[in-house]
Amino acid sequence: MSVLAAAPVIPNFGQGSACERSTGWFCTDWLDAHWGDTLQPALIQHVELSLIAIGCGFAISFALALLGYRYRLLDVPLGVLSDFLYTIPSLALFQLLVPITGLTVTTVEIALVSYTLLILYRNIVEGLRGVPPDVLEAARGMGFTRTQTFVRVELPLAVPTIVAGLRIATVSTISIATVAALVLPKGLGHPIFIALQQNIFKTEILAAGGLAVALSLFADALLAFTQHLLTPWSRLRA
Amino acid sequence: MPGQAAELVFDAATKVYGDGAPAVDQLSLTVAAGEICVLVGPSGGGKTTALKLVNRLIELTSGDIRIEGRSIKDLDVTELRRGIGYVIQQVGLFPHLTIEANIGTVPRLFGRDRGWIRRRSQELLELVGLDPSYAGRYPSQLSGGERQRVGLARALAADPPLMLMDEPFGAIDPIVRARLQDEFLRLQREVRKTVVFVTHDIDEAIKVGDRIAILRRGGRLAQYDTPETILKQPADEFVADFVGADRALKAMALHTLAELELRPAANGVRARRTTTLRDALSLLIAEQAEVLTVTDDDGRVLGSVAKDDLLR
Repeated sequence: MSVLAAAPVIPNFGQGSACERSTGWFCTDWLDAHWGDTLQPALIQHVELSLIAIGCGFAISFALALLGYRYRLLDVPLGVLSDFLYTIPSLALFQLLVPITGLTVTTVEIALVSYTLLILYRNIVEGLRGVPPDVLEAARGMGFTRTQTFVRVELPLAVPTIVAGLRIATVSTISIATVAALVLPKGLGHPIFIALQQNIFKTEILAAGGLAVALSLFADALLAFTQHLLTPWSRLRA
Repeated sequence: MPGQAAELVFDAATKVYGDGAPAVDQLSLTVAAGEICVLVGPSGGGKTTALKLVNRLIELTSGDIRIEGRSIKDLDVTELRRGIGYVIQQVGLFPHLTIEANIGTVPRLFGRDRGWIRRRSQELLELVGLDPSYAGRYPSQLSGGERQRVGLARALAADPPLMLMDEPFGAIDPIVRARLQDEFLRLQREVRKTVVFVTHDIDEAIKVGDRIAILRRGGRLAQYDTPETILKQPADEFVADFVGADRALKAMALHTLAELELRPAANGVRARRTTTLRDALSLLIAEQAEVLTVTDDDGRVLGSVAKDDLLR
């Protein structure tokens, strides 16, 4: 047992099962043996990378969206900037950043955050703009200050659109984060890269890829459920 | 906290946008405390602009508006607005808040607690003719007429001395509108607020207003008087035109048979004492009769009226 646990390379063609040696479609014994040393750490790293990216992306987008919403003149340039960032292929963006920020988490996060900006910025601005004008007029007419209008009326009414944006941004971040393995041996992309280099070991690709998909679905469902709790009014139709 | 009713004075109130023609031009009129003043006129007459000058959703260009003798320019704008009930055509209920929270909006701004708001919203729901069980619902679960009742309750919640109503029943179908008008008048007899009410519908103005201000294009006041005087003595051709060729009939609709001196009972078409003179005349024409037998609500005969009595 101790010999197997110390095995340095995955897959190990010399010591693995028959299934592993012939690189079968899906070897459950490999899964059992390497969940702890390969998949679980990669999954945790992937969650970390994604959470940081979405958190920072949301904070930046929110601040920019406030500017774009209050000052319409800024909306166009801010929108164009976030559009532009989104159009850069992720592979290219990672490589472009490496000379500047090196093979670091910073490089990965800058790229991931850039991709969340477009979706989050647009959805926050649209959510705020979608507040019906009669509701705003009533709020103003009843003596709400600007801040009260924002906190008590505009923001809560924008929640469904903002959460819709968060869901898309989260799913796409989790997906793009696998490419981060080009820069950093972290996340679910890493085992996929290793498996690709070594005679295409299908089990590892399927397991890591499947985990990424499952993580996306789980995060999406979690956000949908949160919105369900936050906005009981939005499910009602007379 | 506010209360009671306030006198409202427009003093040469004027609003000019850019260098264009005025939207409201030297408007001067006084609304006595507890009265309903209806602003009516063709589109472009500046009625809504005049209304919004009062709560400073639109700022005066010149002139002044005073509430209980205090210029609105001397008041803090949010304090001013919290002291004025505001009802708009599209209602503007907050879709994310329950009916109770909607009604409690202004009291909450005044720092009232949950218990107070709960009691007040129950009281107001009953006052506007809705079941108190509506408190926990959301606006999207209500019909248009019900929403406007809630809008009215919300405007009354902090017991403001002045109410501004901008075409409140304009988006509601005619049958429900008539009922809401009746209930609004019943409500007003109870709460006695000073009300400025905007409409483009002269019939609604006649029905609802203690006084009617008719504005002409360019925001100039054409006539400000009771419905009766406006119908019987229109100030000029514009007013006569605006109130309509049937103004004599509309004037008859302001009175009921109960207000007439009855002749001894005589055989004729039966009508209740609460019938308007207009409907009574219509009945006589329809039945080709000359005399009406007037009864009370239970059908007991009180006396009679002749056609000439109606036309006097």
